Amino acid sequence: MHGSFLSHRGGFWFWVALVLVLSSVLAYVWHEPLGQPNGGTWLGYTLGTVAALLIVWLTFFGVRKRAYYSRLGTVKGWLSAHVYLGGSLLVLGTLHSGFQFGLNIHTLAWLLMVLVIVSGFYGVWVYWRYPERITRNRDGMTRQLIFREVADIDRKASVIVEGLGSPADRMVISAIQLFSIGGGAWHQLTGRDRSRIMVAASKGSAKRWVQVANPTQQRLLDELTGLLSRSADPQEAALLQELIDLISRKAKLMRQLLADIRLQGLMEVWLYCHIPLTMALLATLMAHIVSVFFYW
Amino acid sequence: MENHFEVVIVGSGPAGLSAAGRAAELDLSHVLLESTSHLANTIQRYQKGKHVMAEPGFLPLRSSLPFDAGSREDILAAWQQNAETLSINVDWQADVVSISGQRGDFTLQTRAGKTIRAANVVLAIGLQGNPRKLGVPGEDQPFVQYQLDDPDEYQNESIMVVGAGDSAIENALALSRNNQVSLINRRDEFARAKEGNLKLLEDAIERGRIKVFFNSSLRQIETLTNGDHLAQVTLTTGEGEVQVPVDRIIARLGAIPPRDFVESCGINFPNDAVNAVPELTHQYESNVPGLYVIGALAGYPLIKQAMNQGYEVIEHILGHDIKPVDNDLLAEKFSGLPFDLDVEQTLELIQNNVLCFGPVNSLRFRELILESEMHTPAEGDVIFSRNDYTNSFYSVVEGSVEVVIDEATGKRVRIGEGHFFGEMGLISGRRRNATVYAGRHCVLVETPRRTMLRLLASADEVRRRIDQVFILRAIHSQFAPNSSLEDLSDLVNSAELRQYAPGEVLFAEGESGDELHLVRRGSLTVSRYLHGREVVLSYVPAGKYVGEMGLLGNTRRTASVRAVVPTETVVMKSGPFLALLDRDPQLKEQVQLQLQARLRANASMEASEEGGELLSFLMRQGLGEATDVLLIDESLCVRCDNCETACASTHGGTSRLNREAGPSYASIHVPTSCRHCEHPHCMKDCPPDAISRNASGEVVIADNCIGCGNCESNCPYGVIQMAQVGGSQPGLWSRVLFGAEHKKIKDKDAPKRAVKCDMCTSLKGGPACVRACPTGAAVRISPEQFIELVQEN
Ligand SMILES: Cc1cc2nc3c(=O)[nH]c(=O)nc-3n(C[C@H](O)[C@H](O)[C@H](O)COP(=O)(O)OP(=O)(O)OC[C@H]3O[C@@H](n4cnc5c(N)ncnc54)[C@H](O)[C@@H]3O)c2cc1C
Ligand code: HEM
Ligand code: SF4
Ligand code: SF4
Repeated sequence: MHGSFLSHRGGFWFWVALVLVLSSVLAYVWHEPLGQPNGGTWLGYTLGTVAALLIVWLTFFGVRKRAYYSRLGTVKGWLSAHVYLGGSLLVLGTLHSGFQFGLNIHTLAWLLMVLVIVSGFYGVWVYWRYPERITRNRDGMTRQLIFREVADIDRKASVIVEGLGSPADRMVISAIQLFSIGGGAWHQLTGRDRSRIMVAASKGSAKRWVQVANPTQQRLLDELTGLLSRSADPQEAALLQELIDLISRKAKLMRQLLADIRLQGLMEVWLYCHIPLTMALLATLMAHIVSVFFYW
Repeated sequence: MENHFEVVIVGSGPAGLSAAGRAAELDLSHVLLESTSHLANTIQRYQKGKHVMAEPGFLPLRSSLPFDAGSREDILAAWQQNAETLSINVDWQADVVSISGQRGDFTLQTRAGKTIRAANVVLAIGLQGNPRKLGVPGEDQPFVQYQLDDPDEYQNESIMVVGAGDSAIENALALSRNNQVSLINRRDEFARAKEGNLKLLEDAIERGRIKVFFNSSLRQIETLTNGDHLAQVTLTTGEGEVQVPVDRIIARLGAIPPRDFVESCGINFPNDAVNAVPELTHQYESNVPGLYVIGALAGYPLIKQAMNQGYEVIEHILGHDIKPVDNDLLAEKFSGLPFDLDVEQTLELIQNNVLCFGPVNSLRFRELILESEMHTPAEGDVIFSRNDYTNSFYSVVEGSVEVVIDEATGKRVRIGEGHFFGEMGLISGRRRNATVYAGRHCVLVETPRRTMLRLLASADEVRRRIDQVFILRAIHSQFAPNSSLEDLSDLVNSAELRQYAPGEVLFAEGESGDELHLVRRGSLTVSRYLHGREVVLSYVPAGKYVGEMGLLGNTRRTASVRAVVPTETVVMKSGPFLALLDRDPQLKEQVQLQLQARLRANASMEASEEGGELLSFLMRQGLGEATDVLLIDESLCVRCDNCETACASTHGGTSRLNREAGPSYASIHVPTSCRHCEHPHCMKDCPPDAISRNASGEVVIADNCIGCGNCESNCPYGVIQMAQVGGSQPGLWSRVLFGAEHKKIKDKDAPKRAVKCDMCTSLKGGPACVRACPTGAAVRISPEQFIELVQEN
C-alpha cells in the first residue's frame, strides 16, 4: 500500500539506470578511440548528448512537481526515475569526460554535476531517515498543539505570579514576553533557543534588572528553584512549586519544538543547495557546449 | 366580530408571509401572527451579509412577494416593503400557544392572552422552534432576553447569562469584555460545550471576569424600583439561596422543537422519527379540516418552495382549482413515457403500479416523483453495474429488468412490473452487488437516496414492505443463489432485523449463541481477550456476515463482536439455516472455507498485537464507516505539503485536506480529510440536497449549495469548511520560477460555500494529493484494504 519512491514499480527505474550504466561502461571499455578517450569521439558525443538530455530532463522535475493537473505519471514515479537516472548520470557524465580533467569550463561543468548529484544522494538519505525521527520527536503532538499548550501554560503562570509578587512576577512575565523561537536559518538548523529573561542582578547594594539568555526556560527554572529553596512561607512555596511544574512542562515542549524545527530544517536545507547548483550547472553546461562547438 | 378572520396565518417566515401576501392581494380578511417583532425570524437570524440562495433553480417562483438570490439584508428589505404596499395585516409579538376548533370556527390563543378566531388556519412556524423560556415568574420582563444580537451594545451592566451550552458560554464571554457577568449552570460541569469555549471560559473565570454558579437554578425574578440595578434574582444553589442583583438576563436554553405544539393542535404525525412530517393532503390540509401546514414544518426546507406553498394554500382555501407550480416540470418529466395520459393520470398510474408506493400520500408521492427521474431504457441497457457506488432506488412501472445474481455463471433473475430494485445500495451505503439490465419496454423510476430516506422515515408501511424484500434477497444472493425462493421461506420468515448503537455488543466471547448476523448497514469489529486485554482482530463491513461458527456446531462464542457505527443486521436462526446447509453441501463447504479463512486471519492478527491496536485506532477515527480515506505514512512523509498545495491549486485555492491535523498511530496518520462515509452524516440536513454520492463512491457537494453550514456541523470528522471558492491560479512557470501562490478572491462578500474533498472527480488522473506526493507517503485506501494495511505494518 504505502511504498517509498525508491521501490516504485518494483524498482523499475533502478533497473533502467543499471542497464544504462552497464551498457555505457561496456561501450567505453570496448570502444578503442584513435587517440585518448574524450568527448570528441563518436562514443563521447553519444554519451554527452544523453547526459545533457538527462540533465535537462532532471531539471524538468521541478516543473512536473508543480503541474498538478498533469496526468503524465505520478510525482512519486517521477522522483523514482529522477533519483536512479540522476545517479546513472554520475557514470555517464564521467565517462563522457574520458577522465580528462583540467582547470577549464568543461571540468567545472562536470564538477557542478557531481555536486548536484551528491546533494541529491544526501537528499535521498534525509528523506529516508528523517521522517521517522520527526514523528518520534513529535510524539503525537502537532506544532499547533504545542503552541496552544504553551499559551495555556503562559496564561496559568501569569495568574499564579499575581499571588507571588516581585521578583517572580517580573521574571515570569519577561520570560513570556522575551520568548523567541525559530528565527533565521542558522538558528533553526542549530536548534538554538534565543529566548531571554529579565533577572535582578545585585551590583554591590544597588539592584538592577538585566536581560540574560533563557534557553529552553532553563534560567527561569534556576531562578524559581532558588526562590523556592529560600522560601519560608508555605503558601508562597506551594505557588512556586506549581509554577516550577508548569515551566518544566514548557521547557519540555520547547525542547520538542526546537528539535522539530531543527529536524525539519535539516530535511529541507539540502534542496537549497540542490536547486541553485542545478541552475549553475545548466549555465555552465551551456557554456561547455557552446565552447566545444566554437573551438571545433 | 373584529377579530374573526377568514384565514389566520401563524408565522411570518417565507411560507407564512407569502400566504399573507396572497390573502392581502385578494382582499381576503386575514391576519398574520408573528411571535417576534419582525418578519421572517429565521432569515433575520442568518449571519449578517449572508448570501441567500434561491434553490432549486428549476422551480419557478409563484408568490405575491419577490424573491431572488441576494443578500439577507436586501431580501428582508424587499419583503418589508412589499408587506407594506400589499397592506398585510400583521400582529407582532403574537406567539400562538394553542389552536383549537375546526373549519369555520378556530380559536387561537397567544401567550399574551389574546384570542383570535378564524375560519381557516395556516400553520407556517418553520422548524427552528421557539426559545425555551426560564419558567419562573418574570420570564417575560423586558430585561429578560432569549437572544443576543450585538454584545457590544451593552456596557457596564450586571448581566446574568443562563445556560450551559456553547451559545450561553459564547454570549457570556463576549459580554464579559464590558460588563460584569454571571453564568448560571444547572449542573456541575459544562458537558456539552466545545473544547475551545471551555478554555476561554476557564481563563475568564480565573481572571475573575465571569462568575459561574454551578448546580444552580433561578427561583425568582423581582423587579427593583430603587437602587442601582433593575432586578434581583434569587438562585437556588447547592449551598442554599443566593440573591444576585442584575440589569439584564440572557437565557440561552435551546429551542423547543415545534412538534409538541403541532400535535397539541390535533395534527397527526405518522410516527416518532425525528424527521417525520405531518400527513397532508394535496392542498396542504392536515387531518384537522381547515388547518393547513406549509413551509419547513411541512417538510419543504427551502425558501422558494415555502413561498410557493404560501401562495397555493390561499388559492386552495378559496377553492380555486390551480395547478401546482410544478405541473409543467412533471409534464416534461413524463414527456418521454409511452403513456398517453396527463400529469395527474400518469402519477396515478405509477402509484397504482408500484406496490411499495401504494401507502404513500399523494402530496408526498408528487414530491417524490418530482425529485425522481423517469427512464425508458432500451432492452439490454445496463441500469447500473456491480461495484458502482450509486445508491438510488429503482421501481419498475412497466416491463421488467434482469439482475445478474451470479457473476460466475451469469445467472439472472427477472424483476417484473410493480417491483423494485437497488434497495441494497440504498440501505448498506456500499457498492452495488449486482449488475442490472433492462428488459423489453421497461419504464423505471429512479428515486434519489435522500428522497427515499425521507419517505422511509415517514411511511412505516413502505419501510416494512421494502425490508421484507430486502431480507429475502439478501439471503438469496448471499447464501443460496441456486435455491428457489420457496426453499428459503423458512429461513426468511424466521429472520429479523436488529439495530445496534456504536460500541454495542452483538455477542460476547464465552457466551453461547447460534445466531448468524448478516450486516446490512454499518460495520462490526471482532475482538478477543488476549493477555488480559481486548484485541481487535478483524473488521466486518456491510454485506458480510459473522457468527457462522455457532451455526456449524460450536455454540460457545470464541470472540466478541461489536458495532463500530450505527449498525443493522439481518439475524438468522440456526435451525432453518442448518436445514439449508444440509440441502446444499456446496454451500456448507463454502461457509466452512470462509470460516477457515477468517480463523487463519485472526490467528495471524493475534501474533502481532500492534496490528490489533492499529485496527482499533483506525476504527476510532471513523474508518469503520469510510469508503475511501487518505492515510499518510509518517515514516515516508517529508512534510513538504505538496499534497495540500496540489489540492488547493486544483480546487479554487482552498485545500480540502489538512495534512498536519489529525491523529496518528504507529506512523499511520489520519489527516483531516473526507472519509466518504457509507452513510454520509453531512447529507442528513442539506436543504437544497446539494450533497450526493457518485457511482464511484465520492461524496460531493454540488454548486447549488446555499452555504447554510449544516453539513459543516453535521460532519463528525470536521472536514467541511465554508470558503469562498475561486480566485486565480498563477501560471505553471510563475509558480516554478517565482514560487507564485494562488490569489484569493478579492471580494470580501463573495458567497461562502461548503467545500470538502471531492476525490478530484473532475480531474481525469484521480486524486491530486496522492499524485503529487513525491515520496509515496500519501495513499487513498478503502476499508477492504485495512487488514492488508495492518498486516503490512
Ligand atoms: C443558516 C441557514 C441558512 C439557510 N440558507 C438558505 C438559503 O440560502 N436559501 C434557501 O432557500 N433556504 C435557506 N435556508 C432554509 C430556509 O431558511 C427555510 O427553509 C425557511 O426559512 C423556511 O420557511 P418557513 O416559512 O417554513 O419557516 P421560518 O422561516 O422558520 O419561519 C417561521 C416563523 O414563524 C414564527 N413562529 C414560530 N413559532 C410561532 C408561534 N408559535 N406563533 C407565531 N409565530 C411563530 C417564527 O418567529 C418565524 O418568523 C437556510 C436555513 C438556515 C438555518
Ligand atoms: C544533474 C542532476 C540533477 C539535477 C539537474 C536535478 C535537479 C532537480 C530539480 C530541479 C529538483 C526540483 C526541486 C524543486 O523544485 O523542489 C530536484 C529535486 C530532487 N532531486 Fe534532483 N537533480 C539531479 C540529480 C539528483 C540525484 C542524483 C538525486 C538522488 C540520488 C536527486 C534527488 C532529488 C530529490 C530527492 C529531490 C526532491 C524531491 C522533492 O522533495 O520534491 N537529484 N532535483
Ligand atoms: S464530509 Fe464528513 S460526514 Fe460527509 S462523507 Fe466526508 S467525512 Fe463523512
Ligand atoms: S505530499 Fe506526501 S510527503 Fe509531502 S506532505 Fe503530503 S504526504 Fe507528506
